[in-house]
Amino acid sequence: MAATDKLSARLRNEGEGDASGGTFAKGNVSHTARRADKDDATNTAADDSEDERVPRTLRDAPAKSDRALATAKMNGRRDKPNKSSKARAKSTDKEESKNKEKKRVPDKLEKEILARSEKYQRGLKLTSTGDDGKEPVAAIKVRSKKAQPKIEHEKRRREHAIIDAARSEMLLTEQAGYLEAEGEMERTYKVTQDQLADSLDINSRAKIFDLKLEEFGPYVMDYTSNGRHLLVGGRKGHLATMDWRSGRLGAEFHVRETIRDVCWLHNENLFAVAQKRYAYIYDHSGAEVHCLQKHVEPTALGFLPFHFLLASTGMTGRLMYQDVTEGRIIGEHKPGYGPNHVLKVNPYNAVVHMGHGNGIVTMWSPRQSQPLAKMLCHKGPVQAMAIDRSGTYMATSGLDGSLKIWDIRNFKSLHEYSTMRPAQSLDISQRGLLAAGWGANVTVWKDALVSKVDAPYMKRLLPSTTVSDLRFVPYDDVLGYGHSSGISSIVIPGAGEPNFDAFVANPFETTKQRQEAEVKQLLDKLAPETIQHDPTFIGRLDPRSRDERQLELLESRRDQYAKDKADGKYLDNEVKNKMKGRNSSAKRFARKRANNIMDLKKLNAIESAEKAKLENEAKRRKIPESEKGALGRFYDEKRATD
Amino acid sequence: MKIKALSRSTTEYTRETKSDIQLLPRNIDPELHPLERAREYKRALNAAKLERMFAKPFLASLSGHIDGIYAMAKNPWDLDSVVTGSGDGELRMWSLSSQETIWRAPEAHRGIVKGVCNIPGGETDRFLSVGTDKLAKVWSRSESSVASDGVTPETVATYTGKHAFSGIDHHRSRPLFATSSSLVEIWDVDRSEPITNLTWGADTINTVKMNQTEVNVLATCGTDRSIILYDLRTNSPLAKLVMTLSTNAISWNPMEAFMFATANEDHNVYTFDMRRMDHAVNVLRDHVSAVMDVDYSPTGLELVSGSYDRSVRLWDVNKGHSRDIYHAKRMQRVFCVKYTLDNNYVLSGSDDSNLRLWRARASQRMGAKSNRERGAIEYAEKLKDRFAYVPEVRKVLQHRNVPKGIKKASRTKQDMLQSRKRKEENERKHDKSGKARVPERKKAILGVTNK
Repeated sequence: MAATDKLSARLRNEGEGDASGGTFAKGNVSHTARRADKDDATNTAADDSEDERVPRTLRDAPAKSDRALATAKMNGRRDKPNKSSKARAKSTDKEESKNKEKKRVPDKLEKEILARSEKYQRGLKLTSTGDDGKEPVAAIKVRSKKAQPKIEHEKRRREHAIIDAARSEMLLTEQAGYLEAEGEMERTYKVTQDQLADSLDINSRAKIFDLKLEEFGPYVMDYTSNGRHLLVGGRKGHLATMDWRSGRLGAEFHVRETIRDVCWLHNENLFAVAQKRYAYIYDHSGAEVHCLQKHVEPTALGFLPFHFLLASTGMTGRLMYQDVTEGRIIGEHKPGYGPNHVLKVNPYNAVVHMGHGNGIVTMWSPRQSQPLAKMLCHKGPVQAMAIDRSGTYMATSGLDGSLKIWDIRNFKSLHEYSTMRPAQSLDISQRGLLAAGWGANVTVWKDALVSKVDAPYMKRLLPSTTVSDLRFVPYDDVLGYGHSSGISSIVIPGAGEPNFDAFVANPFETTKQRQEAEVKQLLDKLAPETIQHDPTFIGRLDPRSRDERQLELLESRRDQYAKDKADGKYLDNEVKNKMKGRNSSAKRFARKRANNIMDLKKLNAIESAEKAKLENEAKRRKIPESEKGALGRFYDEKRATD
Repeated sequence: MKIKALSRSTTEYTRETKSDIQLLPRNIDPELHPLERAREYKRALNAAKLERMFAKPFLASLSGHIDGIYAMAKNPWDLDSVVTGSGDGELRMWSLSSQETIWRAPEAHRGIVKGVCNIPGGETDRFLSVGTDKLAKVWSRSESSVASDGVTPETVATYTGKHAFSGIDHHRSRPLFATSSSLVEIWDVDRSEPITNLTWGADTINTVKMNQTEVNVLATCGTDRSIILYDLRTNSPLAKLVMTLSTNAISWNPMEAFMFATANEDHNVYTFDMRRMDHAVNVLRDHVSAVMDVDYSPTGLELVSGSYDRSVRLWDVNKGHSRDIYHAKRMQRVFCVKYTLDNNYVLSGSDDSNLRLWRARASQRMGAKSNRERGAIEYAEKLKDRFAYVPEVRKVLQHRNVPKGIKKASRTKQDMLQSRKRKEENERKHDKSGKARVPERKKAILGVTNK
């Protein structure tokens, strides 16, 4: 607990000063950057502070916890002289007990902030106690004397940033929704949408609706990343976009051929549709922008918003990646498991997961022709899949009737749920609610990912329909689902993230903001190479030395070469070994090539030359003294070869 | 049953009138910001590219001198004016804001003007100049009346020395100045003869620089490869440092009074701590020819140097290589450089008779910035700093197009240094006495004598 102590010590020292320190940081990690500027201001604030400060700005207004911390700070100040001077150390017990009494309060709050700070550590474990096997950063020994204080400084700054981030949570304005049973006999899953509507405000009540579209169903759907726009596509060719909360229709038209999947691109201006033969991109007015002929008979689409890649799979069983900004095909992978209709993008690392007919789930990065991982998940075909936003959990359902939860960090199965019929579609909400659509039913579980729960959280049955697709609305407590006779929208309290970040997704976005965001998104467009299982690999230090790296590269090339050679790729490319005296051809070859070029041929040549040298030396006969006779002392050992 | 569902009211999240600002709530939960590392890396790369795109360091070339510029002085009391002296004995005062000559003395000296310096105290605009004509002259833009030839102003005062002068510097607070020739002379402004002569060794002195913080210390460097420190209180030398090649110029650190930088003939700039001169504090190596002048930035954190290789380099004092190189097609050998006192510009005077004005940070733009712009700049700076070691970013940030001559010379030099190092290493390896490696910071130092 040493690190925890340190942190709480810091909390105590900062005290009130940091009440204003818990500001919103710019960008995502950059609050580390802002810290330095802030320090001066906060320190002076701490010095001037009175017991009850008048809040000058909104930031300064002390929340409950910070006021307590402020008290802790005052206590700390009172304690100090007690420690320093002996006379005061003998102060009355009464005073001491008073101090102790006051101290207890902030400890709890400190713990709370520490607990909250967990998620801001980003796996760095700066405050690690060493329990998790990782070394705390401070313990890393660096040989450079110059680097050591820099690392120390950085570590301190990160700690500040983590605590500040945890503190800034009190500035979040919205509370998450909930549905809680009060009595022993109450069950949340028995609450119907009608009952729910009675106790909801008019705003939320309007979110419960059923659209009867019986002609062209079943329907697939998608919400934009800010949850404001809805795209629906009927199997028989009906397409519509709408601002679903206001009910304003964007575009509605009929493509006159089968629609298998729909997907918004980076904002509500463009969307992709998987149609009978190809995938198409339409704009907000419904005009066809592109026909993506490389995506043959697509069945499922996925969009990687940070990479601007549209991924699709289809009857050919291939996985296609196309860059939607410049139209290039970035990757085309052939898993080889036949036609395919399950494709989901992992929001945490942008890895594409595909579920196959033989129960295997494969994970793909556009630049690697082999899957990053393969998992055998079901005994029958994989029917549906969902991945949570932290990239930790994956839910799959198979025709074998099981619904499994997986930890995709270590590819292990966690729990299994069952539905009466195989779940046709799955989704995980921002706050970790799992929804499954099977037959005419929609079932939602709460906390189902972390632990095995006995009863569902909510249920809904829409008789004589078949649920085809369901999606939670981002930043809202709503689940939308498409079925054979239209689309429905139901309220699931506690599903959505209550506090949105306007720079990530803003449900109240204006046109101007959308345009600006689009420019920023394009500027920050990521290269497809950044897609890996662990997305934090970028900017990491490679601990290998340059020589080691070089060697590894060469070795890998050599292995490849050996493999190719075994495959019969290079028949006439071998280095000849003619054994003309000492000057072997390999040696000559090695010498002739420029010194700074190291390629496979040369590497092999050097190796064979060295081998020959060793053999020669082994051949060299040692002449015993007896054979040398009188001329023994003139014998040159070196010349005495066969 | 306790029920609550999210319900955001539009009025709360949208502005009432057009004059209101938009509400932009933030949530820094990492789960809302996937792929943040990759995105920040991309932003860092973009920032690096933008920096190089906006890197236009050259501001102006101030022409007027007929011969090369060999002496320059900035005025601590006036950011705008700078005085230069040229090879034909002309003195010019320039206004940097209007980029023109505001005062000139065509025949200030016979022969080369070897040094100029301002006389401290804001009340007058006097400055001193010395030349190879053995004269030290006091000038003033406001006081010097124009002489009968109609062009050359009259001097305020003239001092006659015994030898051709090579440098001059004024005391920070007292009415004293020091000149260098074959010896260092300390002059009182009210006397026609020097009050003290300082010598240690017999060779010619290249330049003299008074410490402007620890005001009684002065440093000289001579052709006998020595750097000598003197103390005015005792009128005696403090220490002598002999290097392998001679030093061309010295600059005292304005913030750390005991530190000084030297421009050496061996292409390097050295920084020294005067309390311990057996090794250099840092060796700054990138020039491919003799360094002719060096100057500290007013923050004491950066250096500018001008070299015989026709380039100006900017350095971080703690790093071994330059952070930027400035060159121009028509710029010849650089003989004097100065960092302006607002820390924003760099001046260089060269053989081609032009005074050049450069930005100290090539991509920085002056002028008031909005909060948002400043925030964006700070963010970009931090990102560049954070990802500076990633190869792609480093490549963008470090690459400079340099003139062919410099590129070739630096390659040759690199080879030479490498082979020298290899040789030394081999000698060390096969030496039975177990010779220790000589640190780079000690290599150029032959010896130190303290008095």
